[in-house]
Amino acid sequence: MEGKKIRVLIAKPGLDGHDRGAKVVARALRDAGMEVIYTGLRQTPEQIVETAIQEDVDVIGLSILSGAHTHLFPKVMELLKENNIEDIVVIGGGVIPEEDIPELKKVGIEGIFTPGTDTHDIIKFIREKVK
Amino acid sequence: MEMEIVEKITNGDRRAAAKLITLVENNFNQAREILKKLYNYTGNALVIGITGPPGSGKSTVTDKITKILREQGKTVGIIAIDPTSPFTGGALLGDRIRMQDLSLDKGVFIRSMSTRGHLGGLSQATQATVKILDALGKDIIIIETVGVGQSEVDIVKVADTVVLISMPGMGDDVQIIKAGIMEIGDIFVINKADKEGCERLTTEVEMMLDLNHNSRWRPPVLKTIATDNVGIKKLLEEIDRHIKYLKESGELEQRRRESAKKEIFDLIQGQWKEILSTFVDNGFLNKIVNKIVKREEDPYTAVEKLSSVLVHSYTQGDIKNDRKD
Ligand code: B12
Ligand SMILES: Nc1nc2c(ncn2[C@@H]2O[C@H](COP(=O)(O)OP(=O)(O)OP(=O)(O)O)[C@@H](O)[C@H]2O)c(=O)[nH]1
Ligand SMILES: [Mg+2]
Repeated sequence: MEGKKIRVLIAKPGLDGHDRGAKVVARALRDAGMEVIYTGLRQTPEQIVETAIQEDVDVIGLSILSGAHTHLFPKVMELLKENNIEDIVVIGGGVIPEEDIPELKKVGIEGIFTPGTDTHDIIKFIREKVK
Repeated sequence: MEMEIVEKITNGDRRAAAKLITLVENNFNQAREILKKLYNYTGNALVIGITGPPGSGKSTVTDKITKILREQGKTVGIIAIDPTSPFTGGALLGDRIRMQDLSLDKGVFIRSMSTRGHLGGLSQATQATVKILDALGKDIIIIETVGVGQSEVDIVKVADTVVLISMPGMGDDVQIIKAGIMEIGDIFVINKADKEGCERLTTEVEMMLDLNHNSRWRPPVLKTIATDNVGIKKLLEEIDRHIKYLKESGELEQRRRESAKKEIFDLIQGQWKEILSTFVDNGFLNKIVNKIVKREEDPYTAVEKLSSVLVHSYTQGDIKNDRKD
């Protein structure tokens, strides 16, 4: 029963139905030895944050391909702040234009991974962030 | 410090509860002192086990019965267990996909958990987690086991009522619910009754129960279509009836004794594993191995001596780095 395992919530906020990328990432993280909670499509930011609390995850990974990231990613960060949660690393991926990235980083999304990302880079990033 | 966490949990602090569950999973030694103090606040919740083969509808049924329990004003804790990959140590925990509507209900707390190599269909942390959710104030605690085969029957020692879910169309139907796992069901559910083969499976299960059962409780066999909420009310009525039977017959106390026994055995095993690993870390093992390989000592005598040394060291509180022969 001993030893820390990295726990990751992979969530798809909003109405976006593209779930291939989220599933690919979820499987890659599992194969890297992490415990991955996948909650399915159409999650509200409120649901995502509450799930992260109950599951006590180290990382929240948000996946959006529809273009709604500029609204939904900051909303998740806001709710985390409201709940005084500072120890969860938040990352995001999907179709996210280069010019949106600085704004997302500013609100606290620590890593953004766009189409074509090698999942090994995601694994490495998480391992470095979660000590 | 420990009391502070206990107080938070008994006051309904979900984050404190979630963090303690993690501590139980990752570092039991640190969790132990808190659990000691938490124990006084437990024993109020009823524990329902939901078990059955992979994909039979355990999560969907859990979601649906939770919704009715909430309408009845009861609070619910859910522990959803999925297997850890023996190769990578990772796990994909997907039971929440079927419970999406519950995630914002403050009267429900869901924790997904992986087995982390523990056999029997539960995780090592399950029994402690039941207590944490109990102390958090949940009236009913539902444990969804991993998708079981024939040997994952630990749930029977942890739950008050075990619901065994099966479904038609899995090839040789009865094969799946044969042997060991047949005996653990207090209530049998044939889910996916919308599919072909439901009648036949029901008849076969009824026949097996008539042949096998030898207690005062004859498990009922129910048909459900969980996705359409069909038969779920009836299932809850039968769960109620079973709980009533447990209380009236005195079997509830007997089951809780079994549960306590299982926990004691698990804890002792855990503690011994730890003692043994300290002993291996200290290079202690190598010394003995050397002696055995050189034929200076036989392995049987070595283990006999070793056991008494370990017991002695444990009661003294530490393990020394040498052995008095
Ligand atoms: C396949 C696809 C579909 C499939 C989706 C199947 C499914 N179940 O996922 C179908 C055909 C259903 C579909 C439908 C639509 N699609 Co489409 N689709 C695509 C396409 C071609 C590929 C997406 C994909 O699966 N890639 C493969 C996966 C593995 O890659 P990925 O998702 O990008 O994930 C990688 C990274 O982004 C990152 N990542 C992703 N998520 C996460 C999460 C975390 C935590 C991390 C760390 C990393 C990470 O890591 C992954 C691995 O490298 C893209 C174009 C493109 N090149 O991206 C358009 C695209 C996403 N679709 C688009 C559109 C418009 C639609 C529709 C609205 C079309 C329509 N008018 O009907 C519908 C809407 C569907 C819906 N309900 O939301 C647009 C979106 C435009 C925008 N963002 O402004 C795109 C960009 C095409 C385009 N150029 O116009 N689509
Ligand atoms: N047709 C039909 N499908 C159902 C029914 N109940 C559940 N399902 C579907 O069966 C699939 C598996 O259901 P789950 O509830 O995830 O099953 P599970 O036993 O929890 O699965 P694991 O946890 O993976 O072992 C899902 O696609 C459900 O929608 C039912 O009564 N009829
Ligand atoms: Mg399930």
